[in-house]
Amino acid sequence: MTAARLLPVTLVGLILAFLALPIVVVMVVSFSSATYLTFPPPAFGLRWYRAYFTSDDWLRSTWLSLWVAASVVVLATLLGTLAALAIARLPKALRVLASALILSPLIVPVIVVAIGIYYAFARYGLVGTPAGLILAHTCLAVPFVVTSVNASLAGIDPRLEQAALSLGATPLGTFFQVTLPLIRPGVLVGALFAFITSFDELVVALFISGSGAVTLPRRMWDNLLYQIEPTIAAVSTLTIVLTVVLMGCAHLLRKRIRA
Amino acid sequence: MIEAGRGAAVSLDNLERRYDRVAAVAGVSLDILSGEFLTLLGPSGSGKSTTLMMIAGFETPTAGNITIDGKSVVGMPPYRRNIGMVFQNYALFPHLTAADNIGFPLKQRGVSKAEREKLVREALQLVQLPGHGERFPRQLSGGQQQRVALARAIVFKPRLLLMDEPLGALDKQLRENLQLEMRRLHADLGITFIYVTHDQEEALIMSDRIAVMNAGLLAQVGRPEDLYDRPGSRFVASFLGESNFLPAVVRGIEDDFVVAECEGAIIRALCPGRPAAGEKVMLTTRPERIRFADGAFTSTAPQNRLSVIVTEAVFAGERCRYMLQAADGTAMVLKEPSSAAIRRRMVGERTEIAWSVADTILV
Amino acid sequence: MSERVEIHFEGLATTRQSGARLSRWLSWRPSVPLLLAAPLLLFMLTFYALPVLSMLMRSVNDPVWTLSHFASLTGDTVFLKVFVNTLITSSIVTAGALLLGYPVALSLVRAPRYAPVILVVILLPFWTSVLVRSYAWMVLMGRHGLINEALLAGGIIEQPLRILNTPLATQVAMIHILLPYMVLPIANALRQIDPSLARAASGLGATPWATLRQITLPLSMPGVAAGVLLVFVLALGFYITPAMVGGTREITLSMLIAQQVDQLNWAYAATLSVVLLATAFAIIAAFYRLPGVGSAFRTGVR
Repeated sequence: MTAARLLPVTLVGLILAFLALPIVVVMVVSFSSATYLTFPPPAFGLRWYRAYFTSDDWLRSTWLSLWVAASVVVLATLLGTLAALAIARLPKALRVLASALILSPLIVPVIVVAIGIYYAFARYGLVGTPAGLILAHTCLAVPFVVTSVNASLAGIDPRLEQAALSLGATPLGTFFQVTLPLIRPGVLVGALFAFITSFDELVVALFISGSGAVTLPRRMWDNLLYQIEPTIAAVSTLTIVLTVVLMGCAHLLRKRIRA
Repeated sequence: MIEAGRGAAVSLDNLERRYDRVAAVAGVSLDILSGEFLTLLGPSGSGKSTTLMMIAGFETPTAGNITIDGKSVVGMPPYRRNIGMVFQNYALFPHLTAADNIGFPLKQRGVSKAEREKLVREALQLVQLPGHGERFPRQLSGGQQQRVALARAIVFKPRLLLMDEPLGALDKQLRENLQLEMRRLHADLGITFIYVTHDQEEALIMSDRIAVMNAGLLAQVGRPEDLYDRPGSRFVASFLGESNFLPAVVRGIEDDFVVAECEGAIIRALCPGRPAAGEKVMLTTRPERIRFADGAFTSTAPQNRLSVIVTEAVFAGERCRYMLQAADGTAMVLKEPSSAAIRRRMVGERTEIAWSVADTILV
Repeated sequence: MSERVEIHFEGLATTRQSGARLSRWLSWRPSVPLLLAAPLLLFMLTFYALPVLSMLMRSVNDPVWTLSHFASLTGDTVFLKVFVNTLITSSIVTAGALLLGYPVALSLVRAPRYAPVILVVILLPFWTSVLVRSYAWMVLMGRHGLINEALLAGGIIEQPLRILNTPLATQVAMIHILLPYMVLPIANALRQIDPSLARAASGLGATPWATLRQITLPLSMPGVAAGVLLVFVLALGFYITPAMVGGTREITLSMLIAQQVDQLNWAYAATLSVVLLATAFAIIAAFYRLPGVGSAFRTGVR
């Protein structure tokens, strides 16, 4: 390697290390057997994993987060896919308006969304209920489903629909036999993003989970503020693994869409 | 063998398609005969594709009527019209194999699986792709994809096949092969083909009749030879093949020919009407029908002659192409086969050219 | 117009009529797309748009229609301090992300052999939740965290430094979290630059550094603008990270808003929210006009 290349390579290497370091540290700490947060850990063990798996609170929160996320996936994927298909065919003005509304959660600062939803949900009586979480998270997840399905739709040759119609397929038949199979990757990617969005969501949950619907991120947050103990590191590591697996799948699917 | 009655007879009656102020199709009336291969030929924007789309049912006419086999189809959705259609980029379903693509229309019609498989196999045989059924479109070459698209469009035995510039995306050699295959297919099936293209050579090769379109209207309809030898307008003369145009002034009528003066020479031409003396007209003749008239040149048919100077000489493989200039500056093109026996002309050479009176038309 | 025109021909029947009528009704009317999109639109209006809007309304109609809440902001030292702090933090974070992110984006595009590895290193933290990443920084920057332990072990310091709960901590953690949002749009823009341009420059006598400065950099500007826009707007609204690692002395606007909601000062919280929203929109509007930003933005997000 020439001297000229050494500097940039080292620089990039350092930045990449900077990117990777925190994650690695968390995962290492999770295997520590010390009771306080220290690095490097004095000894290794599965103490904090055991603490997690034997704690009712932690498991209950995990379970809640999982099935809220699952419900969000169903709801967001259904609503979002239909909307994506429909919006493409709306006249321009309506299309812009509808897109603006649906994609706005990506741009509006999440704190504003969170307190707005809290404000209304308190009146609807949805604070502290899983239903409230599901409804709120769906709104946050839908933009991902819509953009993903749109990306898939954009890659479909418009003539395919015409071809199907000319060959005798009814519009409904065309939808099920041609359009749907071709947007399936986009729908799947959207579903994966919806799951992760809901599972990891914290800010909205901080306000509307109350005491009756404490999600996993919410419980981690509470624990952090009151005591910094490595159980969180174990939980974090587990969520890292889950997220990485799901997003990895989404990534591979998206490469297929773009191909 | 073409059986009369196997193909649909299509009738376009004052067909119009307007978008706000612009008329893509501005009043087209045409009768397409059962079993014929008709080509809609024209430059981009001439309305040929829009006309095809209206016949297929993907565009609704703003005025006029379309009847197929005597029944009006305006307002009928495309999936009820039972017409085969081939698109320029094939539009094969990427998630289905070639066999499933071809079987798709049969599935919509509730054909049993066994019967479907049989018909698909026959169709693949017909387009010379036996055994390719299990391949996906992305695994097939352009020419193969086009043949699968063809098979898919005819497997359900439609009486009418529409084709929208299907060979546009292929290279020259492949295009020429497929052109001949399509002619053969047409002869075998005996159904009506309506073909859209902007390639006049393709139209001349494949069609029984050509309908030339320009700016949303029909310019001329007829057999390839008739259109080529007797173009009815400047547009058709220059769009179909290449033409030389000679402005002239009418001097009189002699038998069936008009006598006109051009560049100081007397030119005789075929003409449809009876123009008056003194009228300014345009005569036209094809570059390949002119020959150099010096030296050993004889002909039995009456000839027109003109003195010219050679301004450009280009060797183009099969032919030599010469740009010539007549006395008053009118430019002409002459094409002759290139052969070692024929002397190549030099730039600046003064010479005479001659061509048959029967090859001269007044447009 | 007859409903059931049949075209007869030998052998095969036309399309089955069973689904045809329903399909025809469903798809040939222009109102159908609206029908399909309506459920989602109504859903989002009910559970998201109207809630947020009605909350924001509290900034102008509490207790009566008034603009006093906004007017009083100009003299509100707490708000001004927090707002300026937020802007400064966002700016520093954006600048930091740009400085660190550009070389990484460059390496993604220039070193195709290592690109998958680099991509993994960028995406893995990107996919991890903000909470976990912020927590990771707490671990790193704590009294007994990695950084202090390393410095102590190396003899560079004698006492653990107070890194956590400082503005620096917030900035470093936020740069870390937002870095991928900067790298991806820039990498996209770089990838779209015609490679023959660099070769042409080289042939005309430009050194690699000159080519980078005069050809690559200017042409990657749409991606840079998109990345800067994205990171800045996200940084403005950040809540979790500053709350976890920044401590309570210097807070951001979002933290102030959350505080006020906890104390049920809805009007004040709403007013602050409007300011935050307006700032974000203003920045987006200003940047979006730049050529190429729109598309780079879309392809760069997640």
